[in-house]
Amino acid sequence: MADIIYSRKSLATNPLKSSTPLGAALAYLGIAGSVPLLHGAQGCTSFALVLAVRHTKEAIPMQTTAIDEVATVMGGAENLEEALLNLTKRMKPRFVGIATTALMETRGEDITGDLKLITARRSELQNVRIVLAKTPDFAGALEDGWSKAVTAIIDEIVEPRGPSVPLYQQVNILPGVHQTPGDIEWIVETVESFGLVPVVLPDVSGSLDGTVPDHYIPTTFGGISVDAILRMGRARHTIAIGEHMRAPAERLATRTGVPSTVLPTLTGLGPSDDFVALLSEIADCPAPARLRRQRSQLVDAMLDGHFYFGSKRVAIGADPDLLTGLAAFFTSMGADIVAAVSSTANSPLLAEVPTARVVIGDLLDLEDSAAAAGADLLVTHSHGRQVSERLGIPLLRIGFPVFDRLGTMHRCTAGYRGTRNLIFEVANIVLSGLHSHAPEDFAHAKLIIEETRHVGATSGTC
Amino acid sequence: MSDASKARIADVFNEPGCDKNQAKNTKERKKGCSKPLTPGAAAGGCAFDGAKIALQPLTDVVHLVHGPLACEGNGWDNRHASSSGPTLYRTGFTTDMTEMDIVMGNGEKRLYRAIKEAVARHNPPAVFVYATCVPAVIGDDIEAVCKHATAKLGTPCIPINAPGFVGSKNLGNKLAGEALIDHVIGTIEPEIVTDTDINILGEYNLSGELWQVRPLLDHLGIRVQSCVTGDARYREVASSHRVRVNMMVCSTALINVARKMQERFGIPYFEGSFYGISDTSDSLRIMARMLVERGANVSLVDRAEALITAEEARAWARIEPYRAALRGKRVLLYTGGVKSWSIVAALQEIGMEIVSTSVRKSTDNDKDKIKALMGGDAHMVDSIPPREMYAQLKRGDADIMLSGGRSQFVALKARTPWLDINQERHNAYAGYDGMVELVSELHKAIVNPVWQELRRPAPWEATDRETERTVLLETAC
Repeated sequence: MADIIYSRKSLATNPLKSSTPLGAALAYLGIAGSVPLLHGAQGCTSFALVLAVRHTKEAIPMQTTAIDEVATVMGGAENLEEALLNLTKRMKPRFVGIATTALMETRGEDITGDLKLITARRSELQNVRIVLAKTPDFAGALEDGWSKAVTAIIDEIVEPRGPSVPLYQQVNILPGVHQTPGDIEWIVETVESFGLVPVVLPDVSGSLDGTVPDHYIPTTFGGISVDAILRMGRARHTIAIGEHMRAPAERLATRTGVPSTVLPTLTGLGPSDDFVALLSEIADCPAPARLRRQRSQLVDAMLDGHFYFGSKRVAIGADPDLLTGLAAFFTSMGADIVAAVSSTANSPLLAEVPTARVVIGDLLDLEDSAAAAGADLLVTHSHGRQVSERLGIPLLRIGFPVFDRLGTMHRCTAGYRGTRNLIFEVANIVLSGLHSHAPEDFAHAKLIIEETRHVGATSGTC
Repeated sequence: MSDASKARIADVFNEPGCDKNQAKNTKERKKGCSKPLTPGAAAGGCAFDGAKIALQPLTDVVHLVHGPLACEGNGWDNRHASSSGPTLYRTGFTTDMTEMDIVMGNGEKRLYRAIKEAVARHNPPAVFVYATCVPAVIGDDIEAVCKHATAKLGTPCIPINAPGFVGSKNLGNKLAGEALIDHVIGTIEPEIVTDTDINILGEYNLSGELWQVRPLLDHLGIRVQSCVTGDARYREVASSHRVRVNMMVCSTALINVARKMQERFGIPYFEGSFYGISDTSDSLRIMARMLVERGANVSLVDRAEALITAEEARAWARIEPYRAALRGKRVLLYTGGVKSWSIVAALQEIGMEIVSTSVRKSTDNDKDKIKALMGGDAHMVDSIPPREMYAQLKRGDADIMLSGGRSQFVALKARTPWLDINQERHNAYAGYDGMVELVSELHKAIVNPVWQELRRPAPWEATDRETERTVLLETAC
C-alpha cells in the first residue's frame, strides 16, 4: 500500500506526462479514414504531431483549427467551421475527431453548441462522423485524453440498445492508450481463438502498425470502421483494459446493456490468466491448446528470468495505469519498487502499488527518489534517457513517447507472449550490465580477513 | 496581449533589413509578413515554437515555459543542437499550469515561484521565460514578473513574449531575437577583444555543425566571440556587442538582430552560408575582407584565399570517388531558404540532376541564384502537396528525395531513397567536410541494395500474374 504524495512545486522539471489532447488524438487515430483535429493554435498540433511521428515512425494525419490572435479575441467557431470544411474537402475523411486544447477551454466557449450549429448548417459535412472531446491540457494527461475521446466516440456513434440489435458472438475490447498494435494483435488472436469476434475501439493495430499501402492515403488507412462502432451494442461482453477505460466501458454498458469487465492490465501471469478465464467464460469453452502452450512458455520464462529480477531496485515513472501494471509485474518477479512517480493521480489503484509512496510529479521527482533509494533499474519513456545517464543505471523504455528506439509499435507486453517478451527484455538489460568479477569486488571480504589477522597477531604478542 | 508586445510585432514586421520587405510598398508593409493561416490545412509550428528553436541552443540557461503542459511537455529535448559543455538547456522546465492557476488567476505567482525554484536548484546565469497562449489570454504580465524576479533573485530573467497564436514559427524566431536585443546583448562587457572577433547569428549547432566550421576560422585566427545561439553560453551572447563583424547564417531568422546590432553598436553584417563548397568559400572570403576593413591585419585576405584553395581541392578530391555512382542521378530537393541553392550548386557540380527544388522560404535573391544555376525557373516549386509528391516518387521521377522529417514517410512509403537535410538530422553537413559528408550519405542511400529488394514482388503477386496469364492463354485458345 502506497501513500500518494502530491508535489508542492510550482516548477515542473522534465515533464513525465504527455498532453491530454494528444491522448485524444491517438485514440482518434485508431479509427479508419480518420483525421484528428486539435482545436487550438497551430503549435498545439505541430508539437503533438512531431511527437506522435517520432514515437510511431509513421506519417500521422493531424490537423489544426489554427487559432490566431483575432480568433483568440473573437472566438474560435469560425476557425472550427473553416477547418472542418477544408479538411473534408482536401482529405475526404470518414471520421473527424476534435480535441479541444487549453487555449480554447480557457476562453470558455460553447464549442459543443458551435459544432451542432456547424454540422446542421453545412451539408458538405453530412457524410463525415464528427466527434468532440473536451480535453484541455491543464487537466489530466495522456490516459485521460484517450479515455475522454473513446467516451465521446461511444456517445456520438454507438447505436443504443434496441430490439433491432441481435446478439452476436462479438466481444468489444476497449484497449488503453499504452496498448501497442503488437498488444492488440495478441488480444485479437486470443479472442478469436475462442471462436469469438473481437471489435476493438480504438484499433491502432490497423492504422499505426507500419505497413506500406500501395497508394497515397491522407487519412488513417485502417482501424475500426464507423459501422463497426455503430454496432458495438450487439456484443456479448465488453472488456476494458486499464482503470482509465472504466468510464468509457460504463458509458457503453449504459447505452447498450452489454455487460463489461475492466481488467487493470494484461501484463503478468495473473492478469493474463484473468483475461483468458474471462474469455473462456464468455465463450463457454475451454482455453485452446495454443494458449496453454503460450502459458507454459511464460512459466518457463519466469523460471529462467527470475534470477535477474530478484531484489532488483526498480524506479518507475509512468501514467497511472501503466505504473500500476508494471509495478505489479516487477513485484511478482521478485523486484522491489523503490521509487514510483505517476503523471496524474487519476486512478484509485495507485494506492495499491506495492511501494511506500507514489509521487505525483515529473522526471526530476523520479531522478531524486531513484537516486535517494539507490535504484538500479529505471523504467520510464525515452525522456528518461538523461536521468539514466546521470544516475548511471540502465533504462527500460516503455510508455509514451519512445522516440529513440525502433519497433515500439510492434512490441508486445500483453498476455502470456508479451509478458514472456518483457521478462527477456528486462533480463537482457540486466545481463548486459553484469561484469566479470575482479579482486576489488571482494575488497570487503579482504578487509575482514586482514582485521582478523591483525587481531590474531596482537593476541599472539600478548 | 500588451500594447508593448503588439508594437514589437509591428516593429518586427517592418524590418528594413529584410529584402522581401523592401520590395513591398508602404501599404503592404503595414499588413505585416505573416501569411494568414488556413484552418484545416496548416502545417508548421507557432510563434512560441519559433522562439524556442532560436534560443534553446543556449546551453547554460534555464529555459522556462510558462503555460499548460503541452507547450513544453510535447516538445522538450527534441532537437540535436549540441553542447560542448553545459547540458542545462536539455532540461525541460514548465510551470505546467493547472485549471486552478487559470481560474484563480494565480499564473504570475506560480511563475515567480517556479523561477525561484529553478534558480535555487540550478543557479543558472540567466532564466529565459517563454510566454504561451493561455497566460497571454488570462493577462499574465511575464515582463513584470521577470523584472521583479531579476531584482529579487539577482539572476537576469529574460521575458520572451511570443505566445503561439500571434503567428508563425518565423515570427517567433524574430521575437526571440528582439528579446536578445532588448535584454541580453550588450549587458556584459567582454573580457577579451581582438580585431578578428566575429559573431555567427542564426547558427544552432545542429548535430555539431558549428564545430565542423570552427577549425577553418581557428586556422585563420578568426575568433568566434559568440554563436547565436548554437553551443552558446549566456555570458558570450551578453558580451557579443564588441565584435568587428556579424555573419548572419539563417537569413530569415535573426535579421533583426543583425540590423539592430549594426544600428546600436556599429557592427556591419553579411549574409553567408556554410552549406556547399562555393558558399563556404564565399563566406570565408567576405568575412576576411570585412575584418580587414575593420582593422584586422591585411594578410588575412591572402591567408583566407590560400585556405580556400587548399580546402576546396581537398574536398573535391574526397568527393571524386562517389562521382561515378552519383552522376546522372535525379534529386528532388524539398527544403527552404538559403540551403536550396547552395546545395543545388554542389549537387550539379558532381553531375547529379535536380528534378525540382522548393523555394518556399527563399528570398528573391535566393530564387535568382537558383534560376541562374538551373537555367530558368521551370524546376522551382513553391510547395508540393503530399499526394502529388507521392505520385512523382512512385512514378520514379526522382532517384532520391532530400527533405525534412515532415515529408520523410511520403518518400519512404513510395519506396524511394530519402535523406534528411533538416534540423532533426543526425549528420552534420556544414563547411567543406560537411559537403563531403552529404555526398557520402547520398551515395550510401542510393546504392543500398535494399531498394532492389523492396521492389521484389510478393510471392502471391507472382502467382497472381501466373494465374492471370494462364487464364489469358486459356481464353485465347
